[in-house]
Amino acid sequence: MASNRGIRVIPVRGSTERTGHRLDPSRLEPVRVTSNVEIAPGIYRLSFPRAWDFVPGQSIALTLDPRVPARFYSIASGTGDPLVDVLYDLVPEGLLTPRLAALGPGAELLCSRPFGAFRDANGPSCWVATGTGIAPFISMARSGGTEGKQLIHGSRSIAGLLDRDFFSSLLDGRYVPCCTREKAEGVFDGRPTAWLSAKPLPAAERFLLCGNSGMVVDARDILIGRGVKFADVIAEIYF
Amino acid sequence: MKENLLGSTLSRLGEVAADAGLPEYAGRQLADWIYRKGVTRFDEMSNLPRAARGVLAERYCVELSPPVKVTESSDGTRKYLFAAGSGRYVEAAWIPEERRGTLCLSVQVGCKMGCLFCMTGRQGFQAHLTAGEILNQYLSLPERDRVTNIVYMGMGEPLDNLSNVLASLEILCFDYGFGLSPTRITVSTIGLVPAMRTFLDSTRCHLAVSLHTPFEEERRRLMPIENVHPLSEVLAELRARMVRGQRRVSFEYIVFDGLNDTPRHARELARILDGIRCRVNLISFHAIPGTPLVPAPREKMEQFQELLRERGILTTIRQSRGQDIEAACGLLSTRELVRAREDEDR
Repeated sequence: MASNRGIRVIPVRGSTERTGHRLDPSRLEPVRVTSNVEIAPGIYRLSFPRAWDFVPGQSIALTLDPRVPARFYSIASGTGDPLVDVLYDLVPEGLLTPRLAALGPGAELLCSRPFGAFRDANGPSCWVATGTGIAPFISMARSGGTEGKQLIHGSRSIAGLLDRDFFSSLLDGRYVPCCTREKAEGVFDGRPTAWLSAKPLPAAERFLLCGNSGMVVDARDILIGRGVKFADVIAEIYF
Repeated sequence: MKENLLGSTLSRLGEVAADAGLPEYAGRQLADWIYRKGVTRFDEMSNLPRAARGVLAERYCVELSPPVKVTESSDGTRKYLFAAGSGRYVEAAWIPEERRGTLCLSVQVGCKMGCLFCMTGRQGFQAHLTAGEILNQYLSLPERDRVTNIVYMGMGEPLDNLSNVLASLEILCFDYGFGLSPTRITVSTIGLVPAMRTFLDSTRCHLAVSLHTPFEEERRRLMPIENVHPLSEVLAELRARMVRGQRRVSFEYIVFDGLNDTPRHARELARILDGIRCRVNLISFHAIPGTPLVPAPREKMEQFQELLRERGILTTIRQSRGQDIEAACGLLSTRELVRAREDEDR
């Protein structure tokens, strides 16, 4: 991990400084935005230079102001990429994302070191994602961990199937895009949970779920109901 | 739409007073009428100037929402259902005992945390309750005068709705509000560490941490939050802010048969809690539909309790209440939600 020396560290209000090298989402360092692009209606990809190592599946905390509680975002770039990417939905009434969406290149924001333990292992896995919940799987795929992986990817719109072309070419027949409000060739008509209910389950050693809590809970129930051990289901939640 | 002042802190009531042309200190008079005297009509607030009362009535209201449904258990526990927007419901439970009466409050409609054993999580997340909606569960409770303890252990994760929970606690505990002792109030959390710090810094209420297994890998499967805030981080935070005075930290531990009730779990639990002044509450699992988890029989809970006691951990078994009225938190409101959605579909 990169040295902290010389970097301004701003504790979030109400937190205390801690010693040691624990990953702490409340210790924030300034970073400068490289790009911040709306990649689908209301969905943005924000990038800044990478100054530390991380494990695919980890998250960072971001804010613009120490007085505004930091929000957590999964990293959506590979471990060898020069930039760190995150994906976020613009929430018009939110405290943070309207301000994030207004940032241009060179703007400063506050970022934690990576943290979190949502990770895959070698061997066959099934990834299930909706919306910006695709971020940790982008990171895993861009870091080279796609052998034996299958992705069930859901969105309301075709445009919201983020990085669809990337996954289509990388995973080929092991990529299952699902869409609820638009139809397209090669795209399953329905939610990922409908696909999991109706289709033969992939021969996976584990299932990794990431997205809104409703999808995560429903998908987990379906998998368990179809005989998957709950110990083989790993979920990441948004909050 | 008029702003409902129920749930407004003293600071906000000062702004409201100023908005009505009153000096800011009149906010305390408003608080006195609303919280201490229970007056909901501005024209009855006799120590405020008549003109200001008119302005307040034009712009604001003080409204309580009575429960829409109640179910009562043979053991006296009552579960109240409160409407929280169109087709949305939250539950509050009244749990009478010989020498005390406990009110269990909800803080969110649904929940984002996705714990495997929780019925509320199956609704997904729908909304945060405002401070007023949280307090309404207390104020509109028919047994309000008999409430001795309040626990924030109903639907939702309290520290995921921190600002509204803190506002409600301020109104419950401060002298301008209800003046309850913070040692009569317990707030539960699954361990959102940054919010936990703020909570510990800004209140003197008790804290209950949902633990359920001492092993991180096992906890990841039960509680996805483990991926973000591992238990080790939660415990380190509690150690760093060693709980002082009358504040109490407890660890909630639902006992699942054959999963987290082994001597190995007891040994590890005692090890990780070493040095933290705390109590472990063993809780009987209220089975929910479709779960692979099974409640541990009473004898196994007692054996587990003994294993912890032998290792110096103060351990209690929480009496199971309301078994016959869908006691699992979120079960009643989920059924109402399903009914409401079925009505919409017709």
